[in-house]
Amino acid sequence: MFESLTARLGDIFDRLKRRGALSEADVETALREVRVALLEADVALPVVKDFIERVKGDAIGAEVVRSVTPGHMVVKIVHDRLVETLGAASIGLDLAAAAPVVVLIVGLQGSGKTTSAAKIGRMLQERDRKRVLMASLDVYRPAAQTQLAVLGETAGVPTLPVVAGQEPVAIARRAHDAARREGFDVLLLDTAGRLHVDADLMDEAAAIAAATDPTEILLVADSLTGQDAVNVARAFQDRLKLTGIVLTRMDGDGRGGAALSMRAVTGCPIKLIGVGEKIDAIEPFHPERVASRILGMGDVVSLVEKAAATIEEADAARLQAKLESGGFDLDDMAAQLRQLRKMGGVEGVLGFLPGAAKIKKQVADANIDFKILARQEAIIGSMTKRERKNAKLLNARRKQRIAVGSGTSVPEINRLLKQYMEMESMMRKMRKLGKRGFLRNLPFGGPQFPR
Amino acid sequence: MAAAAVASRGLLSRLKAGLARTSDRLSGGITRIFRGRRVDPATIAELEELLIGADLGVATAARLAASLAREKIDRDVTVDDVRAALARDIAAILAPLARPLPIDPARKPTVILVVGVNGTGKTTTIGKLAKRLKDDGLVVHLAAGDTFRAAAIDQLKIWGERAGCPVLAREQGSDPAGLAYDALVQAKAAGADVLLIDTAGRLHNRTELMAELQKVLRVLRKLDPEAPHVRLLVLDATTGQNAHQQVETFRGMTEINGLVVTKLDGTAKGGVLVALAERFGLPVHFIGVGEAIEDLRPFEAQAFADALVGLDRSEAGGNP
Repeated sequence: MFESLTARLGDIFDRLKRRGALSEADVETALREVRVALLEADVALPVVKDFIERVKGDAIGAEVVRSVTPGHMVVKIVHDRLVETLGAASIGLDLAAAAPVVVLIVGLQGSGKTTSAAKIGRMLQERDRKRVLMASLDVYRPAAQTQLAVLGETAGVPTLPVVAGQEPVAIARRAHDAARREGFDVLLLDTAGRLHVDADLMDEAAAIAAATDPTEILLVADSLTGQDAVNVARAFQDRLKLTGIVLTRMDGDGRGGAALSMRAVTGCPIKLIGVGEKIDAIEPFHPERVASRILGMGDVVSLVEKAAATIEEADAARLQAKLESGGFDLDDMAAQLRQLRKMGGVEGVLGFLPGAAKIKKQVADANIDFKILARQEAIIGSMTKRERKNAKLLNARRKQRIAVGSGTSVPEINRLLKQYMEMESMMRKMRKLGKRGFLRNLPFGGPQFPR
Repeated sequence: MAAAAVASRGLLSRLKAGLARTSDRLSGGITRIFRGRRVDPATIAELEELLIGADLGVATAARLAASLAREKIDRDVTVDDVRAALARDIAAILAPLARPLPIDPARKPTVILVVGVNGTGKTTTIGKLAKRLKDDGLVVHLAAGDTFRAAAIDQLKIWGERAGCPVLAREQGSDPAGLAYDALVQAKAAGADVLLIDTAGRLHNRTELMAELQKVLRVLRKLDPEAPHVRLLVLDATTGQNAHQQVETFRGMTEINGLVVTKLDGTAKGGVLVALAERFGLPVHFIGVGEAIEDLRPFEAQAFADALVGLDRSEAGGNP
């Protein structure tokens, strides 16, 4: 999500790292480039200025100048400041109030409020075992209330029945009554998208807040937002006493400067991030990880978590058993290909790794076909069971049949087999070494897990 | 505010309304920098920052500031001089972009595919555009190709009713390419002038979703090798520099040949469009300045540039 900025700062600090000593002028040069990089990353100008000033105050000093590795020192200072600006720790939703706890969701049009509402509803219900009721107060956009109802059905979260022609504040009151009467723990109120400069609609949002006394007022904002992020955040904060921010579309390739801007302007924590279109694609915000990624240090923690969640226990245990017995066949290779694909393919994995922004760019420049994983799966899928157990059976005629079946070519099959042979021999070597290092050495030419 | 009052206000005033509300926008910033000061390296640097703050991007901001410096350096200028010079330079960049939607009455139908990232306003734009084209006397068909988002189909149907245009829709989750194909068959048979095809919002870095759009293009071309004649990308004016990646990827993968910029009634003035114009030169057919059906307006370079820098021609008229 922050790859572009990572690449940029990586370049700058590469330059710094190559120098023995760091002068004040060096700090100035580096920070000028950090400044441009942050601006290009859509961090709002006032936030950038403030940030650079603080970093400069820290960086220009005897400690840095006398430091053995001045580049690293600057990286650390910038990193610490980034984390500080983003907020020190990830904070969950505050549900410590008398039931029904009201969570009000506000934001601009198209920021992803309704989708986020459904995701939050499902999360609270599944993870926190709360009884959640959702209600849409959007009486303006055609079919908005239907959208939440449909999403609620998908997520298994009940929604307030729609009464045509009712005003938003009245719907909010009805929802509150229903939630109280029917013993719900949490009431999620999804509101209409509104411009922060639309006085009438901002009044309406304030009236809804006054009528329902929400414990959480969440501003849903698009992480692709530009310089305007500060204006939007400030306007909502002035009017509504926000308690948190939900950043959507963090799975995009936006540089995410809006995260810094909104956090700095409102002082509200970024509580959750939306990372995909699926109903469970919502995650806590981790400032440390984001700051690390900005600085090209890689989001290692996320990678490990993702790997742990993706590689199914059973599959892993089966592979482990295979390892011990020494038999690694093409079925096992297919299982590994699937796991790698689930983790977001080579590109997805690369994005998490330290210094990977650069590699990723090189990979992109080299024009490597990432569909190769799927094609390789198709090749294995076109083999018979016997062939998959025993690759030695594969003669020229069989290969031709497989090529036709999988829509590939014989050379591609040969490449796959060569890779399989390499993996197989590596597996044998690893067996000799013992179980250790199974995860660390997923035998692909590509990603190696962090140590 | 009353709907009538909204409708009666001109485009420029609608665009400028946001500016007036927030003092540190581009317009107010220019006043702050240049009131009683000369054009010198210090004021130019401040101007550059101000332009970056309006999403013009570092490179474009630097070029515009440098252009002003070359022309006016060390001269006393009025705030309006600065505004006028900036507006002129920006309008010059934008002018080639202001082109009408290429609808050829001989085509029957001209097929318009509308694509973009989630939440930029595709369905709403189609609704407004349908009304507009219908009012021009054209026969317009709609295809509810966003089969992913909950209730997007209902949303387009309601717009279709408002505009009085037939909408081809299937249940949620059906294949958008198949729907587009059938919609084109029907539109051809009915002798429609325009077919507007909605698509689900998608992040441009999701390769599999972009491939889905490519399939829509391929399938339409089986019926008409030229279709879809217009591939419109809908951009949200609040988007920052990521708009570059959006345009680049959508252009590369779905051959977009036109833009619509929405949500210009907020405080974001779509400054990124200036940088996009320099880099891609794609025509901008419409801008969205509000929620009402008539708030989709043709793009005018000068008006846009004036609004961006806060130049009011009726007031500035007396100054050189």
